[in-house]
Parts: sequence; structure tokens; C-alpha cells
Amino acid sequence: MRKLLRGAFVIGRRDFAATVLSKTFLFFLLGPLFPLLFGGIFGGIGASVASQREKPVVAVVASPSDFAPLASARERLADAIDDEKLVRLERFDPQGGSTDQQTRLLASREPPVLAVLTGVPAQPHLTGAIDPDGVTAHQVQLLLADAKETQPSSTVAVTHTDTASGSLSNDRAATGQVGQTVLFFLTLLLSTMLLSQVVEEKSNKIVEVVAAALPIESLFVGKLFAMLAASVLGLLVWTAAVAAVIASLKQGGLAALPPPAIGWPAFLTLAVVYFALNYLLLGAVFLTIGAQASTVREVQTLSMPVTFAQVVIFGFAATTAASPNSAGAIAAAIFPLSSPLAMIARGAQEADIWPHVAAILWQILWVAVILRVGSRLFRKTVLKSGPSRSWWRMRRT
Amino acid sequence: MVDGPLAVEAIDLVKDFGATRAVDGVSLSVPTGSIYGLLGPNGAGKTTTLRMLLGIIDPSSGNRRVLGRSRPLDAAEEIGYLPEERGLYPAMHARDAIAFMGALRGMALREARRRADELLTEYGLGEWAKKPIRNLSKGMAQTVQLLGTIIHKPRLIVLDEPFSGLDAINQARLEERIRSEAREGATIIFSTHVIAHAERLCERIAIIAKGKVAFDGRVDEARARLRPIVRLQTREREGPWRSAIPAGSRTEGSTFVFELPESGPEPLLKALIDGGAGIEALAIERPGLHDAFVAIAGESAAAAMAQEKPQ
Repeated sequence: MRKLLRGAFVIGRRDFAATVLSKTFLFFLLGPLFPLLFGGIFGGIGASVASQREKPVVAVVASPSDFAPLASARERLADAIDDEKLVRLERFDPQGGSTDQQTRLLASREPPVLAVLTGVPAQPHLTGAIDPDGVTAHQVQLLLADAKETQPSSTVAVTHTDTASGSLSNDRAATGQVGQTVLFFLTLLLSTMLLSQVVEEKSNKIVEVVAAALPIESLFVGKLFAMLAASVLGLLVWTAAVAAVIASLKQGGLAALPPPAIGWPAFLTLAVVYFALNYLLLGAVFLTIGAQASTVREVQTLSMPVTFAQVVIFGFAATTAASPNSAGAIAAAIFPLSSPLAMIARGAQEADIWPHVAAILWQILWVAVILRVGSRLFRKTVLKSGPSRSWWRMRRT
Repeated sequence: MVDGPLAVEAIDLVKDFGATRAVDGVSLSVPTGSIYGLLGPNGAGKTTTLRMLLGIIDPSSGNRRVLGRSRPLDAAEEIGYLPEERGLYPAMHARDAIAFMGALRGMALREARRRADELLTEYGLGEWAKKPIRNLSKGMAQTVQLLGTIIHKPRLIVLDEPFSGLDAINQARLEERIRSEAREGATIIFSTHVIAHAERLCERIAIIAKGKVAFDGRVDEARARLRPIVRLQTREREGPWRSAIPAGSRTEGSTFVFELPESGPEPLLKALIDGGAGIEALAIERPGLHDAFVAIAGESAAAAMAQEKPQ
């Protein structure tokens, strides 16, 4: 074991230095920040365009005095409903034939008119390309009803609390799903790099020197942990960037997100541990698969099915995120490759710590099993060592 | 028969790759401190044998002991290995590449870097120490890999076709390095398909052909399998002396060439003189390793070796 770990350290140190000290690592670090950057730029432009673009209105053909109660009713309703979601009203003076005016208004582009409201307040009539049972018609109905009242009938007193059971379970499920999604995408981005790791040694013919000096498990463990360390370095940079963005966009920063059941410190600690284990589990599988490839072309061919496999595993874990004690969620927690994703969702919703301890030990066991199988497969198929019988013959005997 | 302790011992090693038997019952005894050559054409099983001895692959059957251990990896820190297919990380600096190979064999990185600097300077490559491998010539890169093989002062050095790709000057330097390491007590095993290298360097050889050991012993024992060759030039072409020349002799121009009779040179000389041959020149030559190789491994193996890429 000491020899294995020492060898893994030598391999890992070289790989980490070769990765982190290369010029391309800067692009690796900047890569995930590009979407944020472009999102910010194009989001800002989009918002600006959206704010400048005129939204459709309901044209109200009425005198200023008839329109005033309706406008007041809209203002009152806008306090309860998002203003953006409330129908916009614009007054027009009545002119001659009402039918001609309706036709002109419906053809108007400045502003674009969704419907025309006439006969306010005695005989209101709405004309336009709208559903009679749709949102616009119902909102106009509400505004008209409210406009009949000069004052609101009563004021509801509101007492604010931070949490309520109804909202908390939803919030925690959302936190769990966010945790799962972040974990999945980070692993997706990072672990597929492991597919091509052993190709370097194979194409450079260094694998012979390594295999003569160290147990082949050292090569696998060293590479896995070197890439994990490089990934964690990247994560630190990205997390700092994302935290800064959230802090600048949302009042209260990270603390404003729904709190997980086990609390933020334990949840974040578990998130780091489960990321590492998810990375190690999937990375060990990908390292094993990639080690069978002889060329970069073969690695590229393998990338797509491997990515799809990750998506399937994520899907399996994600479907059970909302109900951590369901049979599906427990199955996802037991299946090694989905276990970290299932357990991070559980951490958001259930306060017990012991299932996490058990899951972490279980996942570590599987990392060791996969590495062991992977290195044996490498010795057998790549180094041509061990029994010469094929696996299917071995199963038959 | 080998006297003294053995650095490497192989007993009936067999290696099958699917239906193909690459190594078929190879047994070797490599004395400690010797320079030992594995001779044979490509595909004879030399590299597979070395890989089994180093623990890179496991034999299908048979046993091996390397520096007293049955698991070769247990002795890895005392072994240096230069594989036939050379390989280095192209982006690594020469000094770091050598130090990395030292670290693989258990050296502390700081010590390995110091030693790498010493070796590069000794080999006249000091100014290349901090240059990436991709910037080095092929010969320089091979030297770097050789230095990485010996940086940790191994007790056993295994070199697979070490002269392949080297120019004459570097071949001579490598031969001298091998002798130097042996003088310092290291055991050296190298494989080659060039008999001249083995003849100049080795005390003991194994001749491998078609996965089997055709000979394992001292170089002079291999030569001793052939009778010395007599080259004779005479003034007379015919006469009673002709009865002294064994049947099966051949002529090269005016020179008779034949194996020295088992009775030795004195009876031959007497018969030639008494028979009035008029000896103009007579030479008794010990057979070379190439002749021994042909006699042991057969003409086809020798022809296969001759057809391989010259070094």
C-alpha cells in the first residue's frame, strides 16, 4: 500500500504540474466564466432591448374622467401582481364612429394594440384578438370591478415570517436540485477529461517505464487525484466568481438562498465531499474506458456515449430529488454512480448525518473497486498480462 | 552451470497471447555483476521475456526471481529499465524527465534533480537541462532516457535493444557506460539482434529463437561448440599431404578452409610437413559468435537477424 501511494503521488505530482503549469490551463479556468460573461453582456443587451420594445396594450376609448378609476384600479392591482404580468392600459379620446376607431386602433403599431375597450364604465366591451376566457379578458374584468369602488373595501394586515412549512419543503427540494445540478455539470465538465489521460502515456510509450517501476494502480490513482486537484483548483476560482456575481445581483448574496436541512456549513462540506466522490467514481470509470483507447480519435469517439451515460445517471438521481425517502431515491443512493447526486439532494431535505457517513464510505469502497478492476483490465488488455482467456470464456468455465 | 549468486533466474517461463505462444519454456540464469546478452531475431521472444522478468506482465506459467524476490516489482527501486520503444513526455524539461524517472524508482525529487544535473553535465548536455524534450535531437532524447534509467544507481539494469537508433559515437559511449556500470557492480541484461555488440560486451549470453532458449552460457562456451577453423595455403596442390585435410573442407581461392581435427594442430602439421605440402600460410581461427549463433540457432534465425534494420 505504501508503495502504491508513493507511486500515485509521483504520478499525480507530475500530472498536476503538467496540467496546472500549462498555458492551456488558463483557458480551462476561464472556460466556465465565458457563459457568465456572455450571459451578462447579452442578458443586459436583451433586457435593454426588451425594455425599449413597446409592449401590446389594451386601448381604452374613454374620457379622462371615465378612465381615471380604471387607471387607479390598475395601480392598486399592480401592488399585488407583478406589473409586467398585468395588462397595460392606454387611453384614447372617443372619435366619431366607434367601429372605425376600433379598426384603426387594432391596426396601430405605435403602440401595438391587443384589444380595444369601449363603453366604460356603463357598458364595457372588449374587442380584439383575445380569448374571451383568457388572461387579458379576466384581468380587464377585475380592473373594471375594482374601478367601481372608489376605495378598497378593507386593508389586509400582513405579518411576515421567514419560513413556513409549505414553502420550506419546496425551497429545500429546490436547494437539493440546484446542488445536484451543479454537481452534475461540474463532474460532466471535468471528469470526461480523464478519458484521454492514459493515452498520453500510451502514445509516448512511457507506460512501459511506469509499469516496470510501480503497480499499475498507482498510475490510475495518481492520474485520478491529479485531475481532481486541478479540478478543485478550478472550482475555487469558479466558486469565487459565481459568489461574487450572486452577491452583486442578489441582496444578501448566498445567504439569501433557501437553507438546506442540515445547515449551510454541513451542506457545503458535503457538497465538496460528494463532488470529489462523484468525480472519483465517474472519473475512475472514464479512466478505465479511456485507458483502452489507443489514440485521441478513439477517445473522442468514446466521449459522446460517456457523456450520455452521465446524463442518464443524473436523470436517475434527479427524478428522486424531491422525495429522499422514496424507493427510487434509496436505489439512487445505493447505486454507486448516482449515489453522490442522490445524497446531496438528501442533504438539502433531511437533517440526519449518519446516512451521509454510510454513503461516503460506500462510495469510497466503490472508487477502490473500480480502480482495481480498471487497472487489472489495463494490465490484461493493454499490457497483455495475465491469463489469456477472454472474459466470456472465463464466465463460461 | 553458474557459480555464485544470481541476479535473475527464470524457470520455464511461458507466455501465451491468445493462441500464440510468444515464450515457450525459457529458463535463464544471470550471475550477479555480469553483462548478459539476450540474442535473437525480432519476434524471438526477447522483449516478452524481459517484460516478464520486470513484472510488467505476468507469465502464463513458470517462475522468476529478480534480485532475490519472486515479485519483480518488490525490487523495482533497485532496477533500471530502458524499453525498446523509447518514451518521454515531450513538454518536460530534460532534467525533470530524468528526475521523474528517478522518483518513479523511489528517489526524493530534490535529490533526483541534483543527480540529473550531474549526469547531464557529465554527458555534455548541461546546457539542455532546462530545455523541453521536444527540442532535443533524437540522440539527445535517447541519452536522457538512458540517464533516467541509471539515475538511482540500480543493481540491475535491463536494456531492451539499447543501441537501436544510436549513431556510432553514441553506440561506443553506451558500450563504455555499460562496462562502467558493470565495473561498479551492477548486473546488466540487454537484448540485441546485433551479434557484434554482444560479442564485445557480454560474458554470458542466451540465444533465443522462436520463443525458446537455444543456448544459455558463457560466450566462449558458445564458441567452443564449433571446432576452430584452419586456413591453409600450400605451394603444392596435390600430394600425400592431402590425406591430412578432412573431408568436407572447402576452398576459397587457393586457400583450403576446414575444421581443426579433434586430434589437434600438431598431428595436422606433422602430416602436412611429412606429406610435402609446402606450407605457405597456416592460420587457426577461433570461430566468432556469429558462427556460433548460426550453429546454435540455425541459418534461418541468422538470416532473419541479418535482414533486420542495421544499427
